[in-house]
Amino acid sequence: MNIAEYKDIYVFCEERENKIHDSSLELLGEAVRLVKDRPSLNYKVVGVVIGDHSDELAKMAGHYGADKVIFLHNEKLKHYSTEIYTELFMDLIKNDKPDIILIPATVLGRDLAPRIAARCDTGLTADATKLDFDPENKESALLYVTRPAFGGNLFGTIINETKRPQMTTIRPGVMEPVHRDPERDFQFDKREVSIDHIEDKVKLIEVLQKDNMAVDITKADIILSGGRGIGDNFHVLEECAKMIGAEVGASRGAVDKGFIGKDHQVGQTGKTVRPKVYIACGISGAVQHLAGMEKSDYIIAINKDPDAAIFSVANIGLVGDALEILPLLTEEIRLYRERPY
Amino acid sequence: MNILVLLKQVPDTTEMKIDKEKGTLIREGVPTITNPDDLAGMEVALRLKDKYGAKVTAVTMGPPQAENMLRELYAMGADHAVLLTDRKFSGADTWATSNTLAAFIKQVDFDLIIAGRQAIDGDTAQVGPQTAEKLGLPQISYVDDVLEFSKEKIVVKKALENNYEVLECSLPCVITTLSTIAKPRYMRVMGISHAFEKDITIKTFDDLNIDPAIIGLKGSPTKVKKTFTKEVHSNSDILHLDGKASARKVAEILMDMNFIGK
Repeated sequence: MNIAEYKDIYVFCEERENKIHDSSLELLGEAVRLVKDRPSLNYKVVGVVIGDHSDELAKMAGHYGADKVIFLHNEKLKHYSTEIYTELFMDLIKNDKPDIILIPATVLGRDLAPRIAARCDTGLTADATKLDFDPENKESALLYVTRPAFGGNLFGTIINETKRPQMTTIRPGVMEPVHRDPERDFQFDKREVSIDHIEDKVKLIEVLQKDNMAVDITKADIILSGGRGIGDNFHVLEECAKMIGAEVGASRGAVDKGFIGKDHQVGQTGKTVRPKVYIACGISGAVQHLAGMEKSDYIIAINKDPDAAIFSVANIGLVGDALEILPLLTEEIRLYRERPY
Repeated sequence: MNILVLLKQVPDTTEMKIDKEKGTLIREGVPTITNPDDLAGMEVALRLKDKYGAKVTAVTMGPPQAENMLRELYAMGADHAVLLTDRKFSGADTWATSNTLAAFIKQVDFDLIIAGRQAIDGDTAQVGPQTAEKLGLPQISYVDDVLEFSKEKIVVKKALENNYEVLECSLPCVITTLSTIAKPRYMRVMGISHAFEKDITIKTFDDLNIDPAIIGLKGSPTKVKKTFTKEVHSNSDILHLDGKASARKVAEILMDMNFIGK
């Protein structure tokens, strides 16, 4: 393998609801930052879009920072297929020789990326939270990929010196997209691809909607989150959340004990959130939880234990019982709203 | 029908503590458990066995102590247990691990392979799909329910972020299971006594027909450059107030940020 033949940063752009999903826009933004950081490489940011989508959708990658958009188009490719996407990616890798491939660590991305990496026998790092070029060699294109492991208790920086492309999936919600600019210049490379020769043994029978309990806490301005200290009293959080306009979050401990659904889980194995205000109630602050919320703009922690680790990331800490304080908060806001003036 | 279940013995990460002075993990006394997604996968295999009849084989790669986990799986109802263990296998990344697992699996008969979606120590979710690729088999990951199972095919429900997909696949194939798919059964008393009488099949490097260049630490394309623990910094005001004053404090913050309209 001649590593010098491989260049540029390719970003897989996942479509959802007829748009490029935020998690991919974030990766385009990160790729722009990386390329700017190391101008000597003269690398491009290449967005890769696959499917039966409109040109307009594919061009969105250009508006969000791609210097070039490769659109692998086929009218028959109406939904994701592990085998077809892997095969199309393999052709792309053989043909275009990307040095780096970034894929969002969504359910789709984490299904696809290992398959591609195994097929082309390269390394893959999962669910990264930080990317940098080799800090010790200013000319190097070696990617330093940092990710949490052991439930967020430990961080590892992973490199792949011997194989290309360098592949990684990246956790949604961590990187910053660039501002949309519909006037940006970029190269649009649409390729009609054949999929008739690819046998897909997995067939999609139907799509089922999740019950309306499927909340999306990542979009909330305020998250009121509870841990094991809340026990079977999440209704107290729910009432308060309703009053202050928050979504309810939870630690892994609370979810594992069955106090609240998995959709609410914040942390390493749950969701990464960065609301304007995060209120942590009865959450001790295990590293794996902190990893999912420490980028919140403002953190309020309520815990009975003054030594709880959660206080170390909080802007303000209140030592006390959340189950006592929250109903009083609910009442406080209700009275404020009911005042005649 | 032959079902292979791929499992990993992992440290219980919820029990891990940090040595704040040294900035390292305290590993001593951390109990090991069967990885939760894998254990749920074992339960699915056992339910398929109960319903349709099947031989369930537990397969793990790990150090010799992983035998303890396999004994527990025997006690749950596994028919056969295999431990892939060799110094040459150790330190493997997911690609090298998959090469090793696939080398063993190529030697045996199977209709379905079940792997847990991801392990709680690494959280990569890569070994299931990569093993499928190395075996040239189709995969369905993030499986939350098995709806149909027969000699020819399996129909499953896959959990995505905002919905589910019902997917069908011909056998043989690989599915990766979420821990929510099934609550693992307890070990049976009869099972526990038998668990220590049953043989565990040990496979070492010499038993697998595999290129030493694609396994273990040396064969792994990804390398860990460094590890570190999160530095904990204290920048917060910690207040000891009574309940009422605490509630007022939070209310004031939210009002100052204009979140509380009339």
